[in-house]
Amino acid sequence: MFVFSNKLWLLGSFEWINDVHSFHGDKAFAVEITVDQDECESYPKADSSEKYNMSVSAGQASLNAETVWGALRGLETFSQLVYQDDFGSYFVNKTKIEDFPRFQFRGILVDSSRHYLPVKAILKSLDAMAYNKFNVFHWHIVDDPSFPYRSSTFPDLSAKGAFHPMTHIYTQSDVRRVISYARLRGIRVLPEFDSPGHTKSWGRGQPGLLTPCYKGGIPTGTFGPVNPASLSTYKFMKSFFKEVSSVFPDSYVHVGGDEVDHSCWRSNPDVRAFMQKMGFGADFTKLEAFYMENIVNITSSLNKTAIVWQDVFDDHKHCSSLSVVEVWRDGCYLCEVRRVVKAGLQVILASPWYLDQPGPTHNWARYYTVWPLAFKGTEEQKRLVIGGEVCMWGEYVDATNLAPRLWPRASAAAERLWSDEKQTSSVDRAFPRLADFRCKLLRRGIQAEPLYVGHCKHEYQV
Amino acid sequence: MDAALQCALLLVLVLVPGFCGALQPNHTGAGVELKAEPSQFGSLWPLPQQVKITAASFKLSPVSFVIVDGAGSSAGPSCVLLQNAYRRYYEYVFGSKRKTGPTKNRRTDASELTELQVWITSADSECDGYPSLKSDESYELSVDQPYAILKASKVWGALHGLETFSQLVFEDKYGSKNINLTNIVDFPRFAHRGILLDTSRHFLPIKVILDNIETMAMNKMNVFHWHIVDDPSFPYMSRNFPQLSQKGAYHPYTHVYTPADVKMVIEFARLRGIRVIPEFDTPGHTQSWGKGQPDLLTPCYAGTKPTGTFGPVNPILNTTYDFMQQFFKEISTVFPDAYIHLGGDEVDFTCWKSNPDIQKFMADQGFGSDYTKLESYYIQKLLNIVAATNKGYMIWQEVFDNGVALNPDTLIHVWKGSQAQYQNEMANITSSGYKTLLSTPWYLNRISYGQDWQNIYKADPQDFNGTEAQKKLVIGGEACLWGEYVDATNLSPRLWPRASAAAERLWSAADVRDIGDAYNRLHLHRCRMVERGVPAQPLFYSFCPHEYKGV
Repeated sequence: MFVFSNKLWLLGSFEWINDVHSFHGDKAFAVEITVDQDECESYPKADSSEKYNMSVSAGQASLNAETVWGALRGLETFSQLVYQDDFGSYFVNKTKIEDFPRFQFRGILVDSSRHYLPVKAILKSLDAMAYNKFNVFHWHIVDDPSFPYRSSTFPDLSAKGAFHPMTHIYTQSDVRRVISYARLRGIRVLPEFDSPGHTKSWGRGQPGLLTPCYKGGIPTGTFGPVNPASLSTYKFMKSFFKEVSSVFPDSYVHVGGDEVDHSCWRSNPDVRAFMQKMGFGADFTKLEAFYMENIVNITSSLNKTAIVWQDVFDDHKHCSSLSVVEVWRDGCYLCEVRRVVKAGLQVILASPWYLDQPGPTHNWARYYTVWPLAFKGTEEQKRLVIGGEVCMWGEYVDATNLAPRLWPRASAAAERLWSDEKQTSSVDRAFPRLADFRCKLLRRGIQAEPLYVGHCKHEYQV
Repeated sequence: MDAALQCALLLVLVLVPGFCGALQPNHTGAGVELKAEPSQFGSLWPLPQQVKITAASFKLSPVSFVIVDGAGSSAGPSCVLLQNAYRRYYEYVFGSKRKTGPTKNRRTDASELTELQVWITSADSECDGYPSLKSDESYELSVDQPYAILKASKVWGALHGLETFSQLVFEDKYGSKNINLTNIVDFPRFAHRGILLDTSRHFLPIKVILDNIETMAMNKMNVFHWHIVDDPSFPYMSRNFPQLSQKGAYHPYTHVYTPADVKMVIEFARLRGIRVIPEFDTPGHTQSWGKGQPDLLTPCYAGTKPTGTFGPVNPILNTTYDFMQQFFKEISTVFPDAYIHLGGDEVDFTCWKSNPDIQKFMADQGFGSDYTKLESYYIQKLLNIVAATNKGYMIWQEVFDNGVALNPDTLIHVWKGSQAQYQNEMANITSSGYKTLLSTPWYLNRISYGQDWQNIYKADPQDFNGTEAQKKLVIGGEACLWGEYVDATNLSPRLWPRASAAAERLWSAADVRDIGDAYNRLHLHRCRMVERGVPAQPLFYSFCPHEYKGV
């Protein structure tokens, strides 16, 4: 919330002398920033405070925050208060702001497996995220089509699994660059290594990892999900996640667990034998649960908290080792949110924000009119909804169209996740602010597409 | 070894076959099984009429390869159009290859191709002229020793042949450029193969327009339909009526097309064999005109009082026609093409109906309450005005549908309806003896999730019930990118490669319909466009050896 006054103050210092406005260029407008806790050298965390207060008055502004992360948010807000008149002079109004995010987890998922995304495209997205106060970069880095992550422990994964082993990979230094660039903008990097499904590309560099499919008693030569019946699988995963935990400093890691196709498992005699041994009968969701439990245990032994897709929760609700569930399926997603928080688990909401579906931009309103807490639950349960995420799956997206497809539609989600719902429930009132913000994004070099007919003072220059 | 085969081998070495396509049901449920495999036609797009590619291949060296005028060609060093094209295509072929000087005692490899000769065979090459609907765009290309030979009757065919030549070149695993022994005979199925861009809903900086004209040439499209003004803004800087853009543009300095800008677009397009057809749409779609030309638009009334708002162009005032006469006289000199698009779509009668002067006019003319008659009255006078400038005209289908009397060489532009409806419309128009072009299935501003390029590819302008004579009246079609939600930030990825699908439908033979082979060629063509700096978006998941670097 903020208090806005009508007095205008030039950036410089401004005085009434004999009833005439006169500009003194000698004293620069100063923005003074104070931070309570010096976390400057650390990484932003899941529970980092992003709160800040700001007041703008004659010739100066003061910005106070608990942490550097709050200061970053405040600086962004300050930059949005500055405007130009027709002569190009800069102005900022006398203002008082107290601000903090409604939700702690405000993320964007980007998919670099369906299409390789050059590092530059990722860094550009991080810039745009910072302008929108997004604070989690969910890097869905590998999947079926390609494995671009260059692992130091298992270099064959990308050597055999990337679209091209030299040009379409993320080296360790690329990854460090992304993490560091994000950190300087108060953005956490949450890596996702999705299994047991969505792992076709893993099998090329790690033979024996995936389940061989059978037909009529003989292997067909094709492979299915990760083989949960083999000890070597867990040995590999332990080593692999050990590396991942040290490479990615965030205390959370996304381990996926979605859309597991059971048919290949069912066809494999070793897997069936394992099912018998474990007493799972013919219920392959039990096998899935067994596998995911192992993975979650691996990551918690590495002091990381695992995030899983809702499938893991849906298929085995008594899974006590779970802590954070990401809700992504269509339909009554709030029903699912309710189920998850009733089980005492935290929720990240993605369902209403699948932006990989293009749609004309006037659809930005459907990403805005989302009410994440509009379900029946106690205050404590509602607090378990830690935030939400925009998903930009990569089937039809790469560096040629990533930015216009993300922005400014994702900005609608950004406000929903940061701002107070009561003050931001009108699409009509939001539209002119968002249209103006879109022009700001353009001016800052973000390739944000138009919301509707109109123009910006400075158009995007190709 | 052609490009696609070599690509496939690379895949086999490095990846499981089918990497390009075998799709698991993904989060959003759009699942289509598509595997990229090498096509026997490599990466040619659009597919030429006759292609014979053999296994024999030649190397191309950036140091020694040249494109030259054939000795007997009617075009020579003064033909700027061709000289520019030779340089442009040399750059496309060799890309970022370092063109270092010759090493000492370097002898030409026996399997090296050192020269492409371009022969314009007819006495008038049309080198300094403008392309037209009647231009001869045919060519023959023979890639063989001792020289590759490109023969075309006119320079327009040569431009297309150069593009085809550049598409035959592929890189082997050592990074050298190669080309197979090939023979091609080619010409377009349809003469009018266009793209419509809308610079009124959003201003498009000149560079974006030029970039897309360049991309059109890569796809053998030959008409840039410039929907330059409309309701929201009037960016065209008119010499005779400067107030139109002064008052009607989004900004009178930064969001306008100066006469120099317009000249640049026309010449840039000409050098690539592309016609520029401007559209000045009236009487509807003219809100922005009224800002700089008071009294042009109809004042709307509520009862007996004007509301302060305006409707379509006022058809009952003499001043309207005086203005149109002067305005279109200017347009006919600024734009050299033989045709102007006059619009005529979506006229809302409400304002006309409310205006008492118009009501009186309707009574006087005996039009009763049939406002289509008033519309026809206006259009008729406008068409006469334009015809007097010696231009032919294109109009949207409504004008035909409303029974306006049209010149026999009018081009009628079909844009409305379901498939059955537009097919019907095409049949009606051609059975009345008019030439027509199709846009309905090619409204690229309509986007959806998934591989909609396939539906774009399948649509065919001659797919309707009619005689051979009728089908001959179909001159082609246009892919339209209306600008409500489009500007420089998202135009190119939204247009390409989807427009490429329409490009092949308009150029290649009618029986070129195999979606699988199209995919095999189109995904490579898309990567080629990306390599040439065009942000053509992906068809599906895949990768290009050289990803887009324009971020």
